[in-house]
Amino acid sequence: MFELVPAYLAAGLPSLTAAFAGTGASLAHLSLLDIAVIAIYFVMVIWIGFYLKGQANTSEEFFMAGREMTAWIAGLSFVSANLGSLELMGWAGSSYQYGILAAHWYWIGAIPAMLFLGMVMMPFYYVCKTHSVPGYLKLRYGQGSSFVAAVSFAFMTVLMSGVNMFAMAEVMKIVLGWDLNFSIIVSSLAVAAYVALGGLRSAIFNEVLQFVLIWGGAMLVPILGLIETGGWSGFKARLAQNIATGEVLGGDYTHMWRSMGHFADNPMGIHWTGIVFGLGFAISFGYWTTDFLVVQRVLAANSLRSARLAPVIGSFFKMAVPFIVILPGLLGLVVLTNANGSHMQLVGENVVKDCARSASGGAPVNASLCSTDLATTAVLPATQQAVLAGTGDVQLHSYNEVLPLMMVRYLGPGLLGLGITALIAGFMSGMAGNVSAFTAIFTYDIYQPHIVKHARDEHYVLVGRIVTIAGVVISIGAAYAVRNAPGIMDYVQALFSFFISPLLGVVLLGMFWKRATKAGGFWGLLIGTLTSIGLWAWVYFYPPALRYVALSPDAKGMAENMYRALWSVSTAVGVNVIVSLFTKPKPLSELASVVYGVTPLPTEEPVPLYKNEWFWTAIAIVIFFALNIYFW
Amino acid sequence: MHSSAIPIWFFIGVLLTAYGVLILAYGLYELSTGIMAVQNYHASVWWGALMLLVGLFYLIRFRPSRANS
Repeated sequence: MFELVPAYLAAGLPSLTAAFAGTGASLAHLSLLDIAVIAIYFVMVIWIGFYLKGQANTSEEFFMAGREMTAWIAGLSFVSANLGSLELMGWAGSSYQYGILAAHWYWIGAIPAMLFLGMVMMPFYYVCKTHSVPGYLKLRYGQGSSFVAAVSFAFMTVLMSGVNMFAMAEVMKIVLGWDLNFSIIVSSLAVAAYVALGGLRSAIFNEVLQFVLIWGGAMLVPILGLIETGGWSGFKARLAQNIATGEVLGGDYTHMWRSMGHFADNPMGIHWTGIVFGLGFAISFGYWTTDFLVVQRVLAANSLRSARLAPVIGSFFKMAVPFIVILPGLLGLVVLTNANGSHMQLVGENVVKDCARSASGGAPVNASLCSTDLATTAVLPATQQAVLAGTGDVQLHSYNEVLPLMMVRYLGPGLLGLGITALIAGFMSGMAGNVSAFTAIFTYDIYQPHIVKHARDEHYVLVGRIVTIAGVVISIGAAYAVRNAPGIMDYVQALFSFFISPLLGVVLLGMFWKRATKAGGFWGLLIGTLTSIGLWAWVYFYPPALRYVALSPDAKGMAENMYRALWSVSTAVGVNVIVSLFTKPKPLSELASVVYGVTPLPTEEPVPLYKNEWFWTAIAIVIFFALNIYFW
Repeated sequence: MHSSAIPIWFFIGVLLTAYGVLILAYGLYELSTGIMAVQNYHASVWWGALMLLVGLFYLIRFRPSRANS
């Protein structure tokens, strides 16, 4: 959801907008050609919206894109819904800070879950013809748990859309110097227009467009970076040299598993059990298999085979994303330079903030605080002196600025506009994804069953269009609320993460255990969520409790997120099992099409090997293991 | 897809072609004047040309008359 890092992963990472807040002048200046590139994108999305208006006349067309998407379109949209700009910039910053460890979120934190969704869970979602994940819960467990899931999801989705909007405006203000209100108004008008006109199909088309733009705009940065450093081995040699001279903090930046033996051995403060079971199962499966924002894209596929292939296709691109996200962050460790030609060393956002200069420039406003902060970093003494003296040729930048900085370094006029367009497209399609998911959930799972039950189809389409506009308006309100009270952003992210993992426990048990009952599902979801909230509050108000939640005194914030997810999914499953054993199950006849073992799956026509979903799944698994072994 | 639909790939073709033309044209201008952005390796020329080629391929391959036939 939230694209700095999806909310379910966000804890422990610095806030991107906070990171930008302390910087001075804008990072990039656009030429006329860059502006033309951005303008063409806006013309294109509005054209798509108006063109697709004629294809969003029925509720099935408006909310489910007519279930006509090919495997490729659904797959690219599926992976693109999670490829927002804040995520790109946030993870590039993390890779500058922590090295290739950040790639765990793209590989073990996504691939097994995506393949599991396609191969194991998709048939049940698809065969029961549900419109949403709460819709599945209604079929399996009844109205109670479905309503809870729908309301919490709708509420959180629209809030996240606002947070996303605010973050985009803030980043555009800092990177390009754009006015905050201008960014919010232009982006919301564009999103409202194309989603209200074309529905989910329009959102999906724009996600595919965004996908192409992100690769077209961002892939050049690592390519040029690798040319400059002399390839991967040349990069490693230069990195080793920088570590030897003290310009880069010592550490293993190019291996993923070697330092996972103990919490204290890696800068993230995580143990491999947290990565494998917390991230690789509880968080990742929760997000990729039950978050309606991504599942909705696959439900729009034109056949069961396409629906199964879509996440598999998405998994290949997901495995490639570190090339445009992690690699630029790593390359930033060796190629970035200050205006005076010295090596640029990025720092934490607190240092940037504490070393902020006054509007007229010069030395930091609070020189002593800045000096104290700088002493805790690896910034070279000469650079520290230049910062404290306020010379114009050395400026402090935070880790999260590494991607824009790399873009400015490598991309000339036109190409820079393309890179910025990719970021804008990422923000806007993230917002559109949230709004279209909100619209479907509100109309199908709240309005239709509880407010107006038996209206004509046109009525629900009209409601969908109105709710889309309302969703954007609420998002704008949320964006300004976050602007006035930035702390809200952290709470919103935490709030969303509370629901995802318990939902996984309830959905999985419902799908694969006939004995799970309505009461079991409801209480499992409720107590699992309360467990997550309780653990979060425990650590929030009493930080030393982290050692108990994450099972080690050396654990850091990110480990807490993983173990909290693990405990909440375990609780949801445990409570569901216990309550189910003491309550009356549904008759098997009512479980057909929603539970494994009583659902006749349609037999699919044989296809050549290169079109077979199992074949591509096997290839994806091999590549997944090969990548992890290569970067072990 | 809808029977009368313009496929998404056509829109992508239009966008990439437009970007390819603009960026390649600027790259050629850059080449002729000897200007080059820092560490750019004349990327505007080859990246612009690549986008133009891919864009044209999608534009022709998925043009509406062909997609509908």
